[in-house]
Order: sequence, then C-alpha cells, then structure tokens
Amino acid sequence: MEVGRLPISAAQKGKLISAGYTTLSSISSLSPTLLSRDLNISETDALEIIKHASLGGTMDDCSSSGAIIGAQTAWDVLHEEESATRITTSSVDLDHILGGGISCCEVTEIGGVPGIGKTQIGIQLAVNVQIPVHCGGLGGKAIYIDTEGSFMVERVLQIAQACAVEMSTSYASSHNSLPPSHILMQPEDILENIIYFRVCSYTEQIALVNYLDKFISEHREVKLVIIDSITFHFRQDFDDLALRTRLLGGMALKLMKLAKKFVLAVVLLNQVTTKYTEGSFQLSLALGDSWSHACTNRIILYWNCDERYAYIDKSPSLRSTSAPYAVTSSGIRNSVSKCQQILRTQAT
Amino acid sequence: MANKLIRDMGLPASITAVFTARNITNAKDALSLTEFELMELLGVGLKDVSLAVDHISKMVSPPRQTALSLMQQHIRNERLGGHLPTRLKGLDEALCGGIPFGVLTELVGPAGIGKTQFCFMLSILASLPESFGGLDGQVVYIDLEFKFSSKRLIEIGAKNFPEVFCMKEMAQKMAGRILVFRPQSLSEFTESLQQIKMSLLTRQVKLLIIDSMAALVSGDSEQGNPKQNSLGWHISFLKSIAEFSRVPIVVTNQVRSHNSDQTSLYSFQGGKGKDMEDDSRYDSHLVAALGINWAHSVTVRLILDSKSGQKFIKVAKSPMSPPLGFPFHVTSSGISLLDENGVELMGPEISRIHNQGHRIFSNLVDESML
Repeated sequence: MEVGRLPISAAQKGKLISAGYTTLSSISSLSPTLLSRDLNISETDALEIIKHASLGGTMDDCSSSGAIIGAQTAWDVLHEEESATRITTSSVDLDHILGGGISCCEVTEIGGVPGIGKTQIGIQLAVNVQIPVHCGGLGGKAIYIDTEGSFMVERVLQIAQACAVEMSTSYASSHNSLPPSHILMQPEDILENIIYFRVCSYTEQIALVNYLDKFISEHREVKLVIIDSITFHFRQDFDDLALRTRLLGGMALKLMKLAKKFVLAVVLLNQVTTKYTEGSFQLSLALGDSWSHACTNRIILYWNCDERYAYIDKSPSLRSTSAPYAVTSSGIRNSVSKCQQILRTQAT
Repeated sequence: MANKLIRDMGLPASITAVFTARNITNAKDALSLTEFELMELLGVGLKDVSLAVDHISKMVSPPRQTALSLMQQHIRNERLGGHLPTRLKGLDEALCGGIPFGVLTELVGPAGIGKTQFCFMLSILASLPESFGGLDGQVVYIDLEFKFSSKRLIEIGAKNFPEVFCMKEMAQKMAGRILVFRPQSLSEFTESLQQIKMSLLTRQVKLLIIDSMAALVSGDSEQGNPKQNSLGWHISFLKSIAEFSRVPIVVTNQVRSHNSDQTSLYSFQGGKGKDMEDDSRYDSHLVAALGINWAHSVTVRLILDSKSGQKFIKVAKSPMSPPLGFPFHVTSSGISLLDENGVELMGPEISRIHNQGHRIFSNLVDESML
C-alpha cells in the first residue's frame, strides 16, 4: 500500500485509506479542496498530503529513467574526498597512517584502555583544528562534548601554549622574521574557541546531538565535534539493550549527517571492554558489534612494548597499519624509540 | 534535565496535549523514541514531530561554555587552583598542585601498603584551617572496611602539625570535622550517598573519601550477586556530585591476582603477545579489583605498590601528568617520599601492580630505580 509510505500521521493515513485512496497517483491529481472534503480535514492538511504524494510520485518516475535526485557519481565523490581537509594530530607518524590526519566529513572512533591518552588526543585535536589557514590548518572552532567529566582545563592550557609557541617558531623560520602580533594565536583565544558542553545523562546526550544541527548552522566556523566519551552514559544503568542499540544507531546516523552537511570532523572516543572469544578473554571496544558498524573509521590505541601505538582497525580508504605516538607535556607527539623499527616490521 | 516535563517546555498547547495523552511526560520518554515511533504513537505528521523533537532537544541540551570561561570560573571560585595539596612535594608537582577538585581520584594497591594512611593524611589536610594550608572544611569518610582509626589519625596529625594538634581543643575540633560513615551493605551505602549529596551541595564538606569501593562488590558477590555492573549507578552518581560540588573525591580500590596477560591484548595483536610475555605469563600478577569499566571512570589513578622491598607511588592515569613513580615509606607521621624527583616509567609498567615477591629484578626499569 503506497499510502503507508507517506510521512503523515497515522490518523490521516487511516482517513485516506477508508476514503479509498490507496495509491499515490490517486491523490496527487486531486485538488486540495476535494481531498479536504472527502477526508473531513482542513485544507492546509490536505495540501500537505498532496505535496507529499506528488513528491513520492516523482521519485518513482525518476528512478525508472536513471537520473536519481540526490545521487552523485563516483567521480564526483572522488573530487569531494580529495578536497576534504584533515586535522593534524601533531604526531607525524600518526598523521602518516591516517593519510594526513583526522578527516573532515567523516566520523572517526578512537578507543583504548584507561590512561592510554584518548582524552589527550581529543584535546589535542580541539586545539589543532584552530591552526590558522596560513599555517596549513583549518582555522575552525571545536565543540567538546564531555560526558565523563575528564576534561581538564589546565591540560588544555598546556597544550594550547605549546601549540601557540610552535606556530610562532614555524612562522619565524619560514618568514625569517617574528610573526606580527595580529596573526599570532594567543592561548586564551584557543581556549575561547573550544565550545564545551557537559552532558550528564544519555537523554541530554541525545538531545544535544539533535540540537547540534541547529547550533552549527548558526556557528559555521565549527570544524570539529568531539564526544568524550560516547560510551559512558550508555554503559551505566541500561537494562534494555535493544533500546540502547536503537538509540546509539540513531545518534550515529545524525552525527554522520552533521559531518557531511557541515564538512566537519566528528571524533567519538570509546572505552574498552573484555570479550570472550575463542576460549580466551580479549579486549575490544565497548558498545558491541552493531555499534562497530556505526563509524566510518575506527582507531584503537594500545600498549606495545613500552610504547603507545595507534592501530587502524577499520577504514574504507586506509590500510590497516599501526604507528607509535607519545604523550608529552606539550601534547601528542611523535614517539622516539629504538624498538620502533622492529615492531614496524612485525606489524606489517 | 532529562526529567524535565514536556508541558513546561513551551510547546504549542495542541502538541503538549497529544504528548500528555500518550503518557509521554518528560524529555527522557520522548527522546528514547525515534521520530517515526513518535508519529505512530502520537498520530501526528512528520513535520510536527520533528519540530517538537527539535524543540525538546533544544530545551534539554546542556548550556554551552567555552574552555576559557571554565578556566576563569575555576580561578575565581577556588583556592589553591582547584587542587588539594598532598604535602608530598614531588607528587604535588606531578599532579599540578595535588588531588584535583571535581573528579574521582583512585588509590589502588595491595593490602597493608598504605592506602588508608594516605586517606588519613588527606582527611587531616582538608580539615586544617586555611592558615595552615588546609581547606578548612568537613571531611566525609565512608569506611567500608572498618579500618578507620581516630587514634592513628590524630597521631599523624600531631606529628605533622604539632602546632595545631597540641592544643587540646584544636585537636578535638579537627577530629570533629571528620565524619565517618560505616554502611554495612550496598543499599545502605547508596542511602548514605544520597544524604551526603545534600551536605556536599551546601559547601560544608571539602573532601569525600571512600575506603574502599571494592569492599562493596566483593562483599556482595558472596551473597550471590556477582554482577560487576552493580556499581554502574554509583559511578555516575559519584562523578556527578564531584563535578557539581567541585569537591575532590578519593576512592581506594583493592587488588586481586590474575594469572594471564591475555586480557590486555586486542584480537588484532594476535599471538604477538606470547613471545613478549615469556616468563611473566606463568607468573600470577595483580590487577585492580574493580574491572575496566571502573578504571575508565576515574580521572586520576595512583598505584601504591612494592617492588623488591621498596614501596612506590605511581601516577598511573592522569590527564595532566607524565608517568612518574615515587619511592615512599610509611612512618609514624604518615607517608613520606624518599625522592622528590620521581622516576619516569616507560610504557605499561606504570599500570602494573607489584607485590614484594613478584617480578623481582625481572625488568630493566628496576635497576634504574635502585
């Protein structure tokens, strides 16, 4: 029954069917006045139904002729992918395996054991997204959604100061002069451009993700959304796992839409859990198998012989490799170590 | 804000009536359904439903802040930069001033290592008058292992701050500020937490200590409730009260033995771990009693352990400090560091928990420490 597909209320659907309108074409050719009299509804409601019906009708017609509205050819997609900007992680090795950094237009999930540096990467990205365009950055703002309360302003200040210093030295070396004060980024400005939301329940988390669409359309300069962590509220106090999967799925879909619509990067931090497979317990990211389909990219952070490593677990375009990184007092940096070479060969 | 009533949100009266008629009264009910489920349930068109959902979402969303405004707020409202100094110089420096306000700090370690001593020390520091560098407030001490000893507490106080504790009435006043709760079961603990919430919000209490969190779970599992997640509610509750009252919360955790390193690997790491773990694979080692879910929830984790007879306090997880380990010993005046500079520890060594006999000289790191 075609009428069943229309995005209208159940009551109106019932009225349509009982009045004998079951196909879309039977409705789209009607005048609103006639329909409103037949169904005993207001004329504006009738007009709405007719609009939906004729929209649905044209969609069907087009699919037969080949040119589908809203579709792109793979060639166009390639151009879009190539022009997509990336946010650097401040670690050259990490950027290398990520193809230049965290990609805009995509949802990236980063997970790892407690203390591995998930929040550190989140903060580093929130700072790096603000690197001005003339320094090779995006010059955008960041939204930081904190569900755990692990956001430490002192730490953000440290990383921001280190970033500001690095930018001015790199400017000085390339221009042979000190940067003029107006283009120099002050740590306070960096802090000012991190918009912070503290979420205290999963309802608030869903509400905020819904609201982001409106918020970002008013603040177009936002280029990065970080949720630290996506897991926390969904892991506590949830008895109905089917509901949890449904809510998470809906949220992932909305985040993906945001990423595409506003050309921004969405980074979700996830916790780990132990999973029983093939006779032993292994670590895996939390929220289960259906969630693992939700993100475009998935990066797992882990310990490997005294070093922190990032591993690309899932990506449509990147190779599954791993690279070491280090967490220093100025933020995420390249790892300097001797056993790096040996492990590289092991990993490949 | 999840329980905010839909009828108080300023939606058009007709829509509000529809929500009420279907018994969807608060934001949690409404947002737990997809837009299509709502359409079915309410019998309203897509346009109205999306408008309503957008509006509800906007009302329920938390207020926006910037990192700068957060920092200014902290600087304005808090003494000592939002940290409770531990008076262990090296540790304070590593933690940017001490135990941070507003988050959970965990002490993990084997029995008898000095966790409770550390808690006593912190209780005294928080109750001291401001002129002595304290927080001049009350301390709530939830003693789940029945180990609280006032005598020891006053002894530590008297050794460290003779000028305060030698005056009879001052000692009484200081000790009088420390409130000890001794809940017997998980449900009693839950109840006392609810009460504490009120006193925390009135800003009298400056420190909350729970010694130990693991006692609750291990005690309960004997009565046939092995579910680790029973603490889920407590985790979120503690985190939220820490944040809203901006009070440091210190929680201790026990250890249990564990005989394989398997769980510290991901599936993609495959057999690689086997050759690296060599001897230690057969050696049982210690892990924190509460599992990985709990470990994710604490912001700062300090491990107290002992290796080759030397006790160490290690900053195992902290968003702002490098992985440092400090040798310490327990004396009659409490805990004191032997070396203020600390040793930077490499890799996962920082989060291993040793206990005397285990892993002696098995690591290169050991030698550099001796």
